[in-house]
Amino acid sequence: MVLLDLNFNLVYTNILSSFIYRKWKFLQGGVDMDEILKILEKDGRRSPEEIARMLKKRPEAVRKAIKKYEEDGVILSYKAVINKELVKEAKTEVRALIEVKVIPEKDVGFDRIAQRIYSFPEVSSCYLLSGGYDLLLIVEGRDLHSVARFVAEKLAPMENVKGTTTHFLLKKYKEDGIILKSRQENKRVAISY
Amino acid sequence: MRKYVSQKIEHMQPSGIRAFFDLVLGMKDVVSLGVGEPDFVTPWQIREAGIYSLEQGFTSYTSNKGLYKLRLSLHRFLKSRYGLDYSPEDEILITVGVSEGLDLAVRSIVEPQDKVLIPTPCYVSYGPVVEMVGGVAVFIDTSKDNFKLTPRALEKNIDKHTKALILNYPTNPTGVSYTKKELLALNDVLQRYGILCISDEVYDMLSYDFEHTPFPALPKAKPRTVYLNGFSKGYAMTGWRIGYACGPKDIISAMTKIHQYTIMCVSITSQMAACEALVSGVAAAQEMKHEYQKRREFFIAGLNRIGLSCVKPQGAFYAFASVKNTGLSSMDFSRKLLEREKVAVVPGNAFGENGEGFVRMSYASGIDNLKEALLRIERFLKTKGRCNNG
Repeated sequence: MVLLDLNFNLVYTNILSSFIYRKWKFLQGGVDMDEILKILEKDGRRSPEEIARMLKKRPEAVRKAIKKYEEDGVILSYKAVINKELVKEAKTEVRALIEVKVIPEKDVGFDRIAQRIYSFPEVSSCYLLSGGYDLLLIVEGRDLHSVARFVAEKLAPMENVKGTTTHFLLKKYKEDGIILKSRQENKRVAISY
Repeated sequence: MRKYVSQKIEHMQPSGIRAFFDLVLGMKDVVSLGVGEPDFVTPWQIREAGIYSLEQGFTSYTSNKGLYKLRLSLHRFLKSRYGLDYSPEDEILITVGVSEGLDLAVRSIVEPQDKVLIPTPCYVSYGPVVEMVGGVAVFIDTSKDNFKLTPRALEKNIDKHTKALILNYPTNPTGVSYTKKELLALNDVLQRYGILCISDEVYDMLSYDFEHTPFPALPKAKPRTVYLNGFSKGYAMTGWRIGYACGPKDIISAMTKIHQYTIMCVSITSQMAACEALVSGVAAAQEMKHEYQKRREFFIAGLNRIGLSCVKPQGAFYAFASVKNTGLSSMDFSRKLLEREKVAVVPGNAFGENGEGFVRMSYASGIDNLKEALLRIERFLKTKGRCNNG
């Protein structure tokens, strides 16, 4: 059930971002920037010069396009995807998926209560879902206790929160399309016809 | 002591650059542009279909011609993609890659002393396969014509003993391909002289600048064409060893005879996986092509920038770059580049003597790898003069 809900949510955000993107593309006068985003989404380190070479565009045009994407909020940030299981000092960090049932408010619906919740720095993601509960949070903490304390002391007592269910994450296999495995060695021979 | 190896094989020339290959394989931390296969792993849906078929217990022989289901899928695929109409009953044969298909085609049609035309530089097996059956390989130099066979060069090399032409496009090692117009002109010549075309189109899904036109789709070409293709390059399935041959009934039937006595049938696991490739693999193949295209732009621009010229490849994933202005032979260039900068390329003369003065560089490799290779080659080119004197 939870999975289904997650799917729905993904589709929803995709529709939303593609809408923003289409609108943005229209404003660009039909220049196909789609490719630049695709490249950056896969590897944020690619320089404008490299992208320009790949797409046979002028570096200046690519730089300008990226800047515009950043200003318009299409590109929000650049970050590395880290496999924290391999990082010693980060090992104690825990994540939890928390289902939250809330009471919507007149005029603003879920938005105000959502904002109160997602403003906590412990909340790394917050989604509104259809289905058996309303908000799905991803909460990060140093250890089990700190997450439990956040739920018990901050989240659960909120006026419009009817109930919470906390699922601690045990292992990450794949995240945002990236399979979390240590680097695989090249299986091709170095030279062949 | 008595010699057991046959005279014919004894006298067959081994690839002249095997020693160079051994050198590369023995080295560590090499940035390789020498690989003739995709760097992608076979898309998961296809691998999963192979695994599932094993779980289901599909471990037997199949019909010599290959699973009917696969032949039927190929029939439909070729029809919808290219408008080609090959009967799944008797005009399609599943082979162990295009390599086997080519061997079967040549063995089925070539009599001793028959001549087979081969534009060069070309894939390494064409000449030996013809010579093994006692045919005469006639190599046509394309290096003066931007590595494309022209109707004139074709016609000039035809005589009464000429039986077939082996055409390969997009081409390994040069990456050039032929437009429909160019193919029509070649087809005219072949038709006039009644010459068969063995068309190796294994890179057809990797054509970047124009739509690929299969040779048998040309007017009146189908009865004179053996169409060879496979799953290796387009679907990143090199290790599965699976391809197919399509052609006139009598030729496919002859090829099937040899195939049934030598190979029996292609591995059923590969055939089951190939079925899936034609269903869910097409989108993945498109995605990979897209990626190669970006790498091509990146890599060719890089080569030009550092002063290595090459004809812009229109397909496959190779750049065939001239190293003539370095004053080094293909082999010396490749060996020195490997020793000094640990970049592996394939010397052009591996693909026939007309490839001398060139090296084949594969861009079936990640952008970071290509970037690093370009850096190293640039450094090599800058210091080469100094090192040469020393």
